[in-house]
Amino acid sequence: MEQKDNQDQWPLWEVFTQKKSGSPHEHAGSVHAPDAEMALLNARDVYSRRNETINIWVIPSEEIVASTPEDVGPFFDPANDKVYRHPQFYEVPRTVKKKTT
Amino acid sequence: MNSSQALFEYLQRLADDRLVLGHRISEWCGHGPILEEDIALSNIALDLIGHASSLLEYAGHVEGKNRDADRLAYWRGVREYRNLKMVELPNGDFGFTMARIYLFSTYSRLLYEQLVHSTDGTLRGLSEKALKEVRYHLRHSRNWMLRLGDGTDESHRRIQQSIDDLWMYTGEFFESDEVNDMLSATGIVPDMRDLHKHWEDEVSDTLQQATLSHPDNDQHMATGGRNGIHTEHLGYLLGEMQSLTRMYPEAKW
Repeated sequence: MEQKDNQDQWPLWEVFTQKKSGSPHEHAGSVHAPDAEMALLNARDVYSRRNETINIWVIPSEEIVASTPEDVGPFFDPANDKVYRHPQFYEVPRTVKKKTT
Repeated sequence: MNSSQALFEYLQRLADDRLVLGHRISEWCGHGPILEEDIALSNIALDLIGHASSLLEYAGHVEGKNRDADRLAYWRGVREYRNLKMVELPNGDFGFTMARIYLFSTYSRLLYEQLVHSTDGTLRGLSEKALKEVRYHLRHSRNWMLRLGDGTDESHRRIQQSIDDLWMYTGEFFESDEVNDMLSATGIVPDMRDLHKHWEDEVSDTLQQATLSHPDNDQHMATGGRNGIHTEHLGYLLGEMQSLTRMYPEAKW
């Protein structure tokens, strides 16, 4: 998709909302806004209308650094066959189990 | 007039301000300059209509003639509506709409901050809920005042014009008559004079930050809304707002 001419659109911001204290912020979508304060207000209006939200993060979309589809192989494939990295791979000896209960 | 009648009068004033302003703002739905503002304006409109609904419901209860919120909203005519003239004016451009929301919300927030101490429990409860929403309306509209005022030449010119045009309607915010006197004597409503000073301070501060000039306070101020004397605009507004009910009086949602 072609880059739109920036002059007829406000900057784009990504919105992350938090449902309750301690929960991770989840990506909710994006908003256009001229600056940070308006981005926060727009995000509140657009994304917290119907669900419980206690906190919002907004960040200019261009600040997000993301891995690319080409990275999938080198980044993520090696982890798929290294089963020893999972805690479940290890059997805990019975005596140790007793001590931890 | 006894105190129940005074309270009924007063509740209509509060409710009608919010119902008429809410209706005006709702006219932006689908026509906002940008998606996010369309949603923001619709949210503000819904909040205001919600406040109006609660206030009218309570008003009907105080009147004691079995009129509920719908009955009061859809079956009173222009001369029975008690809203400020400012809120019935047509929306104008985006800046005019925002300037109006700003001036009204500054007044509304100050008023609710007093009403949460009202000796009337129901009014207190309604005000606590409304105050949170009005704080948000104020934040949103004030942001726009600053950005439009301290913006481009065109936005500055337009918002200055809007403030100049709206100013003659701001006097009505602080009018006080025997209804106010009767209710403030028993602590149900606050004294409007204190509110006026705070409102003036806040608005002056915002105008200054927005690089806008303060209109002349020594000018003719519109009046009459509290007594059912309205501009030519309210008739058309109610004609549209009440059209469905009047066409199908027995209709049920």
